[in-house]
Amino acid sequence: MDQPTKDLINNEITNNEVCLFMKGTPEAPQCGFSMAVSNMLKILEVNYKGINVLENQSLREGIKEFSEWPTIPQVYIKGEFVGGCDIFKEMYENGELKKILEDKGISFKK
Amino acid sequence: MAMDLNEIETLIKEAIPDAIIEIQDLAGDGNHYSATVTSTEFSGKSKIEQHKMVYNSLKGKMGNELHALAIKTKEQ
Repeated sequence: MDQPTKDLINNEITNNEVCLFMKGTPEAPQCGFSMAVSNMLKILEVNYKGINVLENQSLREGIKEFSEWPTIPQVYIKGEFVGGCDIFKEMYENGELKKILEDKGISFKK
Repeated sequence: MAMDLNEIETLIKEAIPDAIIEIQDLAGDGNHYSATVTSTEFSGKSKIEQHKMVYNSLKGKMGNELHALAIKTKEQ
């Protein structure tokens, strides 16, 4: 991964409490898994930034290396990688996600 | 590109020998699978670490030959 890509990722996850690296945008997701995560965040009324990896090939590959995670979407909360679609969905369903949001001081719909 | 269901199972088994694996071909196209993997090797590990173990067993095929594999891991 080149330095600008690394810097870009670091900036995004530092400057945005909740970051979703996704295919497409929150308004127009271009992959079912990205849409699923985006929708869960919307339902919880979490303020998040969606970052479209399809607009930047080096970001698309770089984020996989950065997180050591081979798939997209990827969610970061307060700079910490919390999972992809499967883990996020599991945490959403079993209530763990709300606990993480609460612990990290992120506002959401209770 | 597609990947055979048995190939996925074999690769996971090689890396996690005691794994109990249930795989479903969700769309019947050899490209969208869901796998539930149960193993004693997951105990004490975070979900992220557990899923990484499964991804690693697929030796880089995830995201390439294999487009979509929904993973669920369970500790035995």
